[in-house]
Amino acid sequence: MKRMKLAVCLALALALCIGLMAGCSGSATPTPAPSAPAASSTPAPAPEKTTLTMGTNAEFPPYEFYEGGAVTGIDAEIAAAIAGKLGMELVIEDMEFDSIISSVKSGKIDMGMAGMTVTDERLEEVNFTTSYATGVQVIIVPEDSAIASVDDLLAEGASHTIGVQLSTTGDLYATWDIEDEGLGTVDRYNKGADAVMALKNGQVDCVIIDNEPAKAFVAANEGLKILDTAYATEDYAICIAKENTELLEQVDTALQELIADGTVQSIIEKYISAE
Amino acid sequence: MEAWLETAPLWLQNMPAWVVKFCHDFYKSFLYDDRYRYIIKGLGNTLTITFLALLLGVALGIVVALIRVSWDKNAPAMRWGPGKVLLLLANALSKIYLTVIRGTPVVVQIMILYFIILAATKNKILVAVISFGINSGAYVAEIIRGGIMAVDSGQSEAGRSLGFNYVQTMGHIILPQSFKAVLPALCNEFIVLLKETAVAGYVSIQDLTRAGNIIRGVSYVDLPLWGIAVIYLIIVMFFTWLMGRLERRLRSSER
Repeated sequence: MKRMKLAVCLALALALCIGLMAGCSGSATPTPAPSAPAASSTPAPAPEKTTLTMGTNAEFPPYEFYEGGAVTGIDAEIAAAIAGKLGMELVIEDMEFDSIISSVKSGKIDMGMAGMTVTDERLEEVNFTTSYATGVQVIIVPEDSAIASVDDLLAEGASHTIGVQLSTTGDLYATWDIEDEGLGTVDRYNKGADAVMALKNGQVDCVIIDNEPAKAFVAANEGLKILDTAYATEDYAICIAKENTELLEQVDTALQELIADGTVQSIIEKYISAE
Repeated sequence: MEAWLETAPLWLQNMPAWVVKFCHDFYKSFLYDDRYRYIIKGLGNTLTITFLALLLGVALGIVVALIRVSWDKNAPAMRWGPGKVLLLLANALSKIYLTVIRGTPVVVQIMILYFIILAATKNKILVAVISFGINSGAYVAEIIRGGIMAVDSGQSEAGRSLGFNYVQTMGHIILPQSFKAVLPALCNEFIVLLKETAVAGYVSIQDLTRAGNIIRGVSYVDLPLWGIAVIYLIIVMFFTWLMGRLERRLRSSER
């Protein structure tokens, strides 16, 4: 009889837990799917999107960085302007740079905006909007470095240690042109600032990173200088999941309007003084 | 994906969609561009760091444990002299070491060591070995101290009554017996250390986890995470089995 009572109690408790969990799964979380949500307990039509979640790696001045306790920068302001045009609230998620595309693909964030260059491999995974800014990869070296140009890095028999931020185009170029050719090793750091700190400590010989963050890092640290490189100009764009064609259209239209009326240019000029 | 699919064998193209996707992800993560080489290199680094850090940790741990035990057992009875003062200093240093190292996360420790204290070295494996060794030493010290305390006090009394001095008692009687009590916790610490090395990526050391992240970054597929989890699991299971055999052999001396 005692065992029966125990069994009944356990069964009731289990039923209660299942009931609670079923109830919880119906709660509204900001999901980016404009298509009908599959397993929701509310049969209402797809809710209006009110928040636009942007993923970024806020260690990339002047495009995104922390100031006054929040993420600011060129990307943050352009994204806020786009969200304003679409009547949505912008939410910025700071994450590791190499996780941004995975997060866009899995729907964790609506769009990724992180000074991200459009490359063919990336285009296979996600869609990009039109480009809103351009960048070039440059090399940062100590002022008294023996490295004078890219040719020194690519010279026969060279063996340098290159610092880069993981998964950026700087990382890709350094890996293809230098590590795969046996001309040195590549140290991949989580953020550019770590690579620059290693450069100051002498743990790497140079750092390959985009030109605007490079200028910010060189301005903030003594004894460093920037070399010009022969690397091509890159286009920065916003990445959005392939299934999310509706959002892509909305964001792209808003972005093009902002480019046409000069908002994007004025935001860029606010952070990057014209040479 | 479509381009790859066309080159895939016919039996694969006829499989259900999730099998095809899995094979495509697997190809992209490991086979394309020989990306599995990152994993091999990372695995080598992880195992190297783990073994060397364990050696350093056990050495450090034994020293610190002996200092602490000696103080606890002998200090009340010792006369004040150079020996006691030395032991007092050693004990104080050990306590500080244990408190600081056990009180801070290993990630913070390795970052401090890499970016600040050992900023001049270019040998990253060395920095990792030192950092994880020092961290592990603190925990190993407490484990060994516990093992020594677990040996019956009658053993040390018998040793002293036979004419052994303190050092001889420890070396011939107590420490060999404490080994059996220490072993399960020590092998647990080894497994913890193996998985702890996963944070070495914070200072750009290419260990197994970092290799998985690098592949994730270029292939835009999350399959490598499963891959490295499985590899860690296999290694841990292997070492657990090995330790189990060692323990069983030690226990064969009992009835």
